Amino acid sequence: MTTLQIGLSVLCLLAAVQLGVLIARDVRPGRITYAGLALLEAGLVAQLVVGLAMVFDDHRGVSVASYVGYLLAAMVIVPLAAGWAWAERTRSGTAVLLVGVLVVPFLFVRLHDIWAAHV
Amino acid sequence: MSERTSGSAFGSTGVGFGRVLVFVYGIFALSATGRSTVQLATKAPEAPVPYALSAFAAVVYVVATWALATGRRALALAAVGIELVGVLVVGVVSVIWSEHFEDATVWSDFGSGYGYVPLVLPVVGLWWVLRGSR
Repeated sequence: MTTLQIGLSVLCLLAAVQLGVLIARDVRPGRITYAGLALLEAGLVAQLVVGLAMVFDDHRGVSVASYVGYLLAAMVIVPLAAGWAWAERTRSGTAVLLVGVLVVPFLFVRLHDIWAAHV
Repeated sequence: MSERTSGSAFGSTGVGFGRVLVFVYGIFALSATGRSTVQLATKAPEAPVPYALSAFAAVVYVVATWALATGRRALALAAVGIELVGVLVVGVVSVIWSEHFEDATVWSDFGSGYGYVPLVLPVVGLWWVLRGSR
């Protein structure tokens, strides 16, 4: 994985732990959580830009459609989770955010695997 | 639970824990749709059986997501039931007749490519839909 992906995965993990604590204590996410998610989202947008630059440069052997698809999925998942959680101000809403941040590292693994076909 | 005191059946599978479930189903609906679209558009002749199954799984996930989100219990039950049968049958078949599975589907090897979530999800889905109908 790239340095950016590793850094963002650590951020996802930290966010997941914090969200898990919030769910356990039945507390709604506050400013710190949303700041963390905003930072994560900024990193995911940066990853999209970097990834697009890579894929439109030399991409022999790499499935462009899949790669761009996963890049876009990684960028939209957190905002989608936040939007979907917004209407559910209970610990279930917090759990939606938790699912969202846990999915991101899996998308990174897929991106890594797809790029591994690069020759 | 407080979210079930409204007395309205509409949307009752899509609130509370159901909101988490709908989100997870939505992820699978999107990923299965994306995956099968790419597979069928770019390399359909290479592995027709798994790619057709991927497309079928995508439809099932889309229907299940929509039914759960809008509180259509009967439809949700049918879709989640088909999903459970699908992941079990495809799981068994993909292990026994692996030569017909040139490429993976969501349900191959009981969903091992997705951390076995496709196997657990319909069980949780059935529990959620049946529990709320009592």
